[in-house]
Amino acid sequence: MYRYDEFDAQFVAERVAQFGHQVERRLSGALTEDQFKPLRLMNGLYLQLHAYMLRVAIPYGTLAGRQLRKLAHIARKYDRGFGHFTTRTNIQFNWIKLVDVPAILAELAEVEMHCIQTSGNCIRNVTADPFAGATAEEIEDPRPLAEIIRQWSSLHPEFVFLARKFKIALGASPHDRAALLYHDLAVEIVRNAEGRIGYKVLAGGGMGRTPYIAQVMSQFVEREDILAYLEAVLRVYNQDSRRDNIHKQRIKILVNAIGVDEMRARIAREFEEIRRTGTLQLPPEELARIAAYFAPPAFEELADEMPSADAHFENWKKSNVHPHRAPGYAIATISLKAIGQIPGDASADQMEALADLMDEFGLSEIRVSHEQNLVLPHVRQRDLPAIFARLAALDLATPNAGLITDIIACPGLDYCDLANARSIPVAQSIARRFADLERQHDIGELKLKISGCINACGHHHAGHIGILGVDKKGVEFYQLLLGGSGAEDAAIGQIMGPGFGAHEIADAVERVVNLYLKERGPGERFLDTYRRVGMEPFKNVAYQEQMNAAYNG
Amino acid sequence: MAAPALKILTANHLRSGEVLYWKFGGWVESLAEAEIFTDEAAAEAALAQAQISVSANRVVTPYLFEVRQNNGAVHPIKEREIIRSLGPSIRPDTGKQSVPELNNV
Repeated sequence: MYRYDEFDAQFVAERVAQFGHQVERRLSGALTEDQFKPLRLMNGLYLQLHAYMLRVAIPYGTLAGRQLRKLAHIARKYDRGFGHFTTRTNIQFNWIKLVDVPAILAELAEVEMHCIQTSGNCIRNVTADPFAGATAEEIEDPRPLAEIIRQWSSLHPEFVFLARKFKIALGASPHDRAALLYHDLAVEIVRNAEGRIGYKVLAGGGMGRTPYIAQVMSQFVEREDILAYLEAVLRVYNQDSRRDNIHKQRIKILVNAIGVDEMRARIAREFEEIRRTGTLQLPPEELARIAAYFAPPAFEELADEMPSADAHFENWKKSNVHPHRAPGYAIATISLKAIGQIPGDASADQMEALADLMDEFGLSEIRVSHEQNLVLPHVRQRDLPAIFARLAALDLATPNAGLITDIIACPGLDYCDLANARSIPVAQSIARRFADLERQHDIGELKLKISGCINACGHHHAGHIGILGVDKKGVEFYQLLLGGSGAEDAAIGQIMGPGFGAHEIADAVERVVNLYLKERGPGERFLDTYRRVGMEPFKNVAYQEQMNAAYNG
Repeated sequence: MAAPALKILTANHLRSGEVLYWKFGGWVESLAEAEIFTDEAAAEAALAQAQISVSANRVVTPYLFEVRQNNGAVHPIKEREIIRSLGPSIRPDTGKQSVPELNNV
């Protein structure tokens, strides 16, 4: 994986020192809260309900064992012994003291990590397919370009004061595991008709108050032109986006206000201008230099021999083990969704034990997925039973990847200053309701996603079943959405109708799922059945209890 | 005529982020110890006085919120303030609820 060069190390060290001074000035009163707030946000520091929250960037979701060990240490020393992996593939610590932040940033810098641009109106942490470099499906590993984009976008002088946050994701496979189409900007590695590798660029996707699916800005951008093209997109957004209305500041609003053709035309004009100056050509030798950091490990010559073991292992294999590009290897998803636990949370002990496991089995890196799980990308198939046993001892072997209990949930009102309702207890109650593994496998792929407010950190728009927490006169209510998808068949979920009470929502979900089981055709996932039969039958059963109560009342 | 809303003044500690409550010109960590304002003018006066703590870099973003009293115990009206006064509902081992002397239940 990527290692800092002298420039990177100096850059991060300077930022650590700079933010340390800013904290000192805040504590002394030289900076007011209003002056300090944008500075702390640019360094990933929020003030939440109970304490400060520090968001640490995990570029394209890739972590080395020594970095995971450091995160465990920070959780233990400065927090309450745990961290929360997010849908942006970052980690958040919930119980941070402002006075400790300079020391934490210095500790992170020791392992080439930082919190720069994990918040604020700037280009956020770049995400990528968690199976990058490991899946046979992909054209090439998207992470070298992700790293180049990270370098280009870090404190880019033109783009540190955007109208609003800007999120970029990369993929290179027909299966979208990075929710590309819900991003401000997405880059998909593609091959053109002549067989040349280049980039398809999409823009204008997003969740939040006004969800949109990204639209294609260019079907094919040549390798050497990609930074020029991205700069053109950002420049059009920066110049033309509205800054007068917080609800209309994202690029999705601009694209849909001026129309996709006009957006493409403006980008094309800007692109030609940048290209004419020739200052943003990506030299092939630089791409090759960065790509060398992401060279796959030296795979042993092994045959495909997937081991078999007891039923627990077989269940885990069925849902959490995925095909690898190299014979004799596999990709393993580590679920952070043990039934009844907090989605995305990992304890310091778990993180440290995972780092030990990585050392022991020669696994150089681990990935964070936007679905709030971890992924071991290069596992020898013969090691799977031993790894499974170790994970099971850590309560990290729940066999539910992609199933109904593999729920994405934002921190919600239990932690977040912006939230209107709690997300985590709803996720826990639904997971407990569907804990039976046989039933989960019978239901099959079902993406359930919960947000505690309209900002949609829990990706509720993209859930096959989405849940949005709302505040109705101080009481938590939950809207149900059906039919969303964050994959290659991206779609925006439709709101079913009036919200359900906190005690009603799990029942409503269960009635919806039971109707699917009754109505599904051969091979149909929940999403397929919904698309075939529409909202009405699901709506009829979801509100059954309320209608019965009204009738009987 | 409805009884006037009871209010409590809160803020976060600048250095630690800890949730604090106003008590007769100072700050305490426990909701149970907080001063309860029965009239609007007194609440607004305390909010104005809290600006001194802001200027002294002790607290950030002071504001008032509504509570009700039941059998002598004070309960915030909104879920948000209940959670702030206790800690995350899904981690009883954290927050004020995990510290017996701060336990506001």
